Amino acid sequence: MLGLELSFIWAGIIAFAVLVYVILDGFDLGVGLLFPLTKDEKERNVMMNSISPIWDGNETWLVLGGGGLFAVFPLAYAVVMPALYMPIILMLLGLVFRGVAFEYRWRTERWKPLWDMGFFGGSIVASMCQGIALGALVQGIEIENRAYAGGWWDWLTPFSLLTGVAVTVGYAMLGATWLNMKLEGRIQRHMRRLAWPFAAATLIFMGLVSLWTPFQDPEYFRRWFAYPTAIFSFLVPGLVLLAAYGLLHGLRRQADVLPFLCALSLFVLGFVGLGISFYPHIVPPALTIEDAAAPDSSLAFALVGTLVLLPMILGYTAYAYWVFRGKVDPEEGYH
Amino acid sequence: MLDGYTAETLARVQFAFTVSFHIIFPAFSIGLASYLAVLNALWLRTRDRTYELLFDYWKKIFAIAFGMGVVSGIVMSYQFGTNWSVFSDKAGPVVGPLMAYEVLSAFFLEAGFLGIMLFGRQRVGDGLHMFATGMVAFGTLLSATWIISVNSWMQTPQGYGMNDVGQFIPLDWWAIVFSPSFPYRLTHMVLAAYLTTALVVGAVGALHLLRDRADRPSRKMFSMAMWMLAVVTPLQIAAGDFHGINTLEHQPAKVMAMEGHYDSHPDGAPLILFGIPNSEEKRIDYAVEIPKLSSLILKHDLDAPLAGLDTIPDEDEPPVGIVFFSFRIMVGLGFAMLGLGLWGLWSRWRGTFYESRWLHRAAIFMGPMGFVAVLAGWITTEVGRQPFTVYGMLRTADSLAPIAAPAVAASLVAFVVVYFFVFGAGTYYILRLMRHSIELEAEEGLRQEPPTRTAGTTPASQYQARKEKRHAGA
Ligand code: HDD
Ligand code: HEM
Ligand code: HEM
Repeated sequence: MLGLELSFIWAGIIAFAVLVYVILDGFDLGVGLLFPLTKDEKERNVMMNSISPIWDGNETWLVLGGGGLFAVFPLAYAVVMPALYMPIILMLLGLVFRGVAFEYRWRTERWKPLWDMGFFGGSIVASMCQGIALGALVQGIEIENRAYAGGWWDWLTPFSLLTGVAVTVGYAMLGATWLNMKLEGRIQRHMRRLAWPFAAATLIFMGLVSLWTPFQDPEYFRRWFAYPTAIFSFLVPGLVLLAAYGLLHGLRRQADVLPFLCALSLFVLGFVGLGISFYPHIVPPALTIEDAAAPDSSLAFALVGTLVLLPMILGYTAYAYWVFRGKVDPEEGYH
Repeated sequence: MLDGYTAETLARVQFAFTVSFHIIFPAFSIGLASYLAVLNALWLRTRDRTYELLFDYWKKIFAIAFGMGVVSGIVMSYQFGTNWSVFSDKAGPVVGPLMAYEVLSAFFLEAGFLGIMLFGRQRVGDGLHMFATGMVAFGTLLSATWIISVNSWMQTPQGYGMNDVGQFIPLDWWAIVFSPSFPYRLTHMVLAAYLTTALVVGAVGALHLLRDRADRPSRKMFSMAMWMLAVVTPLQIAAGDFHGINTLEHQPAKVMAMEGHYDSHPDGAPLILFGIPNSEEKRIDYAVEIPKLSSLILKHDLDAPLAGLDTIPDEDEPPVGIVFFSFRIMVGLGFAMLGLGLWGLWSRWRGTFYESRWLHRAAIFMGPMGFVAVLAGWITTEVGRQPFTVYGMLRTADSLAPIAAPAVAASLVAFVVVYFFVFGAGTYYILRLMRHSIELEAEEGLRQEPPTRTAGTTPASQYQARKEKRHAGA
């Protein structure tokens, strides 16, 4: 019994880590996606500077998502990674390019355009792959004898491509609203203008994915349209509309913070929607949270430290954001 | 191009390739983070500008090396799942929580305070900036502790049981975290990181001394690095000796391969200084050996018997050639470092420390050798553990993910191309930063600087920005 509870607590923690990753790295991948949309050197510098002190912390949530899965749901980790082999490897390579670009572009004049391209290219590859991985997971993963039983191209379907584009567009929206919040002047106006089409596209893609998902698996369908979960089916879309209204309203009023917060809420709601489809599975269609959980002693050992460390992490992460609060100073050089 | 190789071989090559690239950066950033914390503390205490200049100089290099360490490390943490999924499923309950602790206690700490350390001095003030710098250094050491604990458990597993689906299940966490080889491996690795950094810092100091002996920051860093080398190398050699004795106890086959002992020696084994392992005939060709010395080193007794690989079933033997050579490279470099450290002490005593061109040239030559020794050491450790991933319990061949060989081959090619390109460029930028001397730039920068504070910018950051441009143009 205790074990059951532990594994559900852990599922919650992992879900939380993934959500935090998606919204934090979401906006900083989004900044990468928007990078080529201005040619101005100074504007690119401030775009980059708005995230350079925090991107590493954001990406660490991805390591926690993966490492946490390894620790507490080793079986899920062991079937998902081979199933998503190509998108995961491509995502990692994309992250390599965009990660080094932060430092490299300041160290060379001649190759600066190349690392700028690397920043954009790495961001778009990583975003697409994350979306595709999500879609492939929603479609379900074939398992036999505690191992992935499909081929190495199974992840590629129209549905996973759709989720790939949806996530990428959504990240661009997060990026644009983040930059609207952190920058000033011409570039801020530019980003605010760009936020409109990206927000509209995100809503459309969210709609498409939501409509298509229940048809991926009769189980999902049932969950969305049967009592009591059907309550959420009405609640979530309603809240999505509210957040969308706040976002567009904020953009029109030229607010700094509101559009970003609403854009984040959209992602949170999308994530809750996924949670409704998935629960109690961790890898649909067959592997449940219980099946995949590591033995109790692993879960308990890891939980003790997590309960102490996670609040500390949230604390000093918030502090780091606080230190770099406010608009980015365009005159401030790099370190 | 890679047709004909099995998925297992390709996955092993891929793991070796990516982890070898990865370890180069931690070896440097663990040491450099501590060095930066020391420099910053000395600057705050003495208010001697030299330390501040040194801090800013090495900070830039650190930022690049750290960035490369992060991106290559993220690859590692996913590779267990993509290529070694059976290992992940089976050993995950034991090693997974340790790696989760690494993320929670170390990676977040480093990442959270890195931004403040690099960009935040003006914003948070000296005190908190020092705190952030200290936290980054502490984070790198914690990270080393956890990952070495993982690796040590894989080398010398204990404290576990097995469940009915074949997973290792943790029974005693204390025994798992503190597995028998852990204290030795951790000490040896952290000292290795400090040595590697000292050699690099010393080489850069020496390079600038060759150009200008009077340059104060160069003298300072050269002197600090050479003290470090003189103190740490003997400790490292002692730690290595203890480590070897511990390995003899827990992984005797590895030591047999390191020593090149194909045959058992019932009354005193020789130390083979050099030779060429011949795996067909199971002997060392052209061996140059000192009788009985191996028994003396490993057993502290000239006549103690030592078993050889003839006592180990063939299918449990590690590849001897690689282990034999990589071990000699590491030990040889260890003694070369000792030589350099002693030479430094001697020329200090003679008063020629800052003048001796040959000393400086030798320090430059030894600059990259810490990396070579670290790689050689890891290769000894990891190849010597074969054919197991969890020693004696789980074979490498049984750890593999069910992935088609072409998929592994494609990703391997992609890793090789991307790593050489990206990390090659980064190394080039680091070397270029190292070529610049500090004092000249600083003097110029200071002279050009108006002493007023303009809104939102401090003189220091303007001077940084200008320096940046100059670097970039170089
Ligand atoms: C003895 C030290 C040591 C060793 C043997 C390893 N690492 Fe490492 N690792 C570090 C020491 C380190 C570090 C010093 O903490 C790094 C280097 C740069 C950095 O950001 O932290 C790091 C970074 C780093 C990161 C990025 C952290 C971040 O996002 O900030 C990951 C995910 C890993 N490592 C994972 C691994 C794995 C899976 C390894 C085993 C195969 C491994 N490391 C071996
Ligand atoms: C960081 C420095 C390291 C280096 C340079 C290194 C090097 C290597 C090499 C060369 C191999 C291939 C051996 C062979 O196939 O013959 C290997 C395999 C392996 N190592 Fe390491 N290793 C390092 C650290 C680690 C750590 C810290 C871990 C555990 C967390 C680890 C886990 C493994 C595993 C799982 C394999 C599997 C493949 C195999 O055993 O062949 N290694 N490593
Ligand atoms: C000169 C005397 C040295 C001796 C006798 C020595 C001994 C050893 C031994 C026996 C191992 C393998 C242990 C095992 O796998 O169970 C090892 C590993 C290693 N050595 Fe050395 N070593 C020496 C010098 C150095 C130096 C100078 C460096 C680097 C600067 C270094 C870096 C490493 C590393 C990184 C490993 C792998 C990690 C580990 O297992 O600790 N060693 N050493």
